[in-house]
Amino acid sequence: MSDFFLTAVLTLDASVRVCVPLIFAAMAGLFAERSGVVDIGLEGKLLMSAFVAASAASVFGSPWLGLIAGMFASTVLAMIHGFASITYKGNQIVSGVAINILASGLTMILTLAWFKRGGITPTLQGDERFLSITLPGVDIIDHIPFLGVIYRELISGHNILVYLAFAIVPVVWWVVFRTRFGLQLRAVGENPKAVDTAGLSVEGLRYKALLIGGILCGIGGAYLSTAYNAQFTKEMTAGGGFIALAALIFGKWHPYRVLAACFLFAFLQALAIRLQGVIIPGIGEIPVQLIDATPYILTIILLAGFIGKAVPPKASAQPYIKEL
Amino acid sequence: MTRDRRLSWINGLLLPLFNVLTAFIATGIVFLFIGVDPIEATKILLYGALGYDEGLGYTLYYATNFVFTGLAVAVAFHAGLFNIGGEGQAYVGGLGIALVALYINPAMSAWIVIPLAISGGLLFGALWAIIPAYLQAYRGSHIVITTIMFNFLASALMVYVLVNILREVGEMSPESGDFIKVSWLPFVHDIFASFGYKIARSPLNLSILVALFFSAAVWFFLWHTRWGFAIRAAGKSNEAAIYSGINPKKIIVVTMCISGALAGLVGINELMGVQHRLFLNFNYGYGFGGIAVALMGRNHPIGILIAAFLFGILYQGGAELDFELQNVSRDIVVVMQGLVILFCGGLEYLYRPVLIRFLAPIKESK
Repeated sequence: MSDFFLTAVLTLDASVRVCVPLIFAAMAGLFAERSGVVDIGLEGKLLMSAFVAASAASVFGSPWLGLIAGMFASTVLAMIHGFASITYKGNQIVSGVAINILASGLTMILTLAWFKRGGITPTLQGDERFLSITLPGVDIIDHIPFLGVIYRELISGHNILVYLAFAIVPVVWWVVFRTRFGLQLRAVGENPKAVDTAGLSVEGLRYKALLIGGILCGIGGAYLSTAYNAQFTKEMTAGGGFIALAALIFGKWHPYRVLAACFLFAFLQALAIRLQGVIIPGIGEIPVQLIDATPYILTIILLAGFIGKAVPPKASAQPYIKEL
Repeated sequence: MTRDRRLSWINGLLLPLFNVLTAFIATGIVFLFIGVDPIEATKILLYGALGYDEGLGYTLYYATNFVFTGLAVAVAFHAGLFNIGGEGQAYVGGLGIALVALYINPAMSAWIVIPLAISGGLLFGALWAIIPAYLQAYRGSHIVITTIMFNFLASALMVYVLVNILREVGEMSPESGDFIKVSWLPFVHDIFASFGYKIARSPLNLSILVALFFSAAVWFFLWHTRWGFAIRAAGKSNEAAIYSGINPKKIIVVTMCISGALAGLVGINELMGVQHRLFLNFNYGYGFGGIAVALMGRNHPIGILIAAFLFGILYQGGAELDFELQNVSRDIVVVMQGLVILFCGGLEYLYRPVLIRFLAPIKESK
């Protein structure tokens, strides 16, 4: 029993680690989509920032500089998206696809040009990356059965970005639902004309939303290459940006529900790794691919309206054209 | 020239030309940034892609894939749909081809087996598009999101099928056994050899004729049939389509099936033409490449043929760059695809205000 308990706690612990980039990317997507800009480019921004963060951390020897560089790179991509889809009223989805493909190509070209190795950056040593933090009191609580294991394995021993990810969700909720900016943001995604009539800048609000999204995605990418791993590797986001997009829909564009969806999808990924080759009595071996595919299947079922209904912000994907 | 004529020249020719040029210049800047002389790189690229028989063969072979996925994206665009799922449809289409080419009676004639296998690709590609299409038409789920999800589902499905079902006993790598011989599409160099001409060996095979055939078929279908008209009408204006008696829901499903079927043909070039077995990720990148090709080719079959040829040049020339220069790999092609999609798609209207101001200004009314 205690063996099972430990395994369960360790699987949850793995889920927490997998969950972090999903949270950052999904919150980034939340700002963009709430403002009426569809953001397919989350994946590309994560990847680009993972690469730039790992490169900067390795060159300057500091994960913090890596983080800043990663946030900058991701924000540049977000602004390109804004330039195309807000200022020039281009197709938001096409522009997002462009960003994903650009990031995929540029990371490969630049790793080769800068580090002479296609697709990877140098391994980060010691404190060149974000290290795990042991929370106070682990030794004391450790003696309590069950709770000790949970505190030691699940709650303590993560790096700072993990705690930041979970802390940022209530902040996002507060910004979106309790501030003036949040009200304007939601309004611009539902009815930009009303916002425009009220004398606010539709374009300005959307740019702000994308800027915040760029920064958040940047943290998520930096986490992947300088905290979760110790280097950038080719296509290391492995569809995380799209899972985040799925979580955003699954959580119906609401921060707490999105967090729950991120955690569910991360848990499925952690479970898939743990269940590899395990034979469950009475069922047999569950194909890993089926568990991998579950987030997408769930999202499709939700989108189809079979379990509740996911209704995106009304003005989503529509460029705002001012009437003269 | 009247102002309307000038505007249509700007929109139809100048704008796309400027956009493509901008994408090229941006690629040049990337080259400079990584310390490679762009002119030198262009020379190597063009020589590698067009300078000798074998290179040209490879160029046309890559172009064939882009024709299929480019047509797929374009057909959907005409109905106002963005099919981002070409990647998955091409992948599953490959399964349809493989099922025919692996299990059909090997004593049958190639004249029956090859069309059947091609139909397998068309059918499975269409099947992979029909669920997102149905959900968009009848349940209102956004097709972009569902086709993205279906790309990932395709990938999970194919890994499962290759590892657990099609992999031969005792084999380690997840790939099927060899296709039966009669399903192989002949190589172009073999055909030339049978007429006594000797040309360099390359993976170029008869699929290129299939690609040309489907380009013509798509052109005929879109501009010279009732259905084609309905698709373009629905793409231009949903309301107008409804008033003229067109059912937009049906259009969505039919268009997406055609689009998926076209993407499903990538496998005939890659699998029936060259590798003669099914393996993981044979479709990699062609689905997304198709988006760039369709945007660059302005969704017209002739434009797509030109754009696909250009991307064939880039793919093959990119391989040559990889070989010749230390600082560049063929991933530069991916960067270029991204830039083409950005400048020909997302930033489509970048130069329009300037061009209109200088070439077709609105005259002051008297």
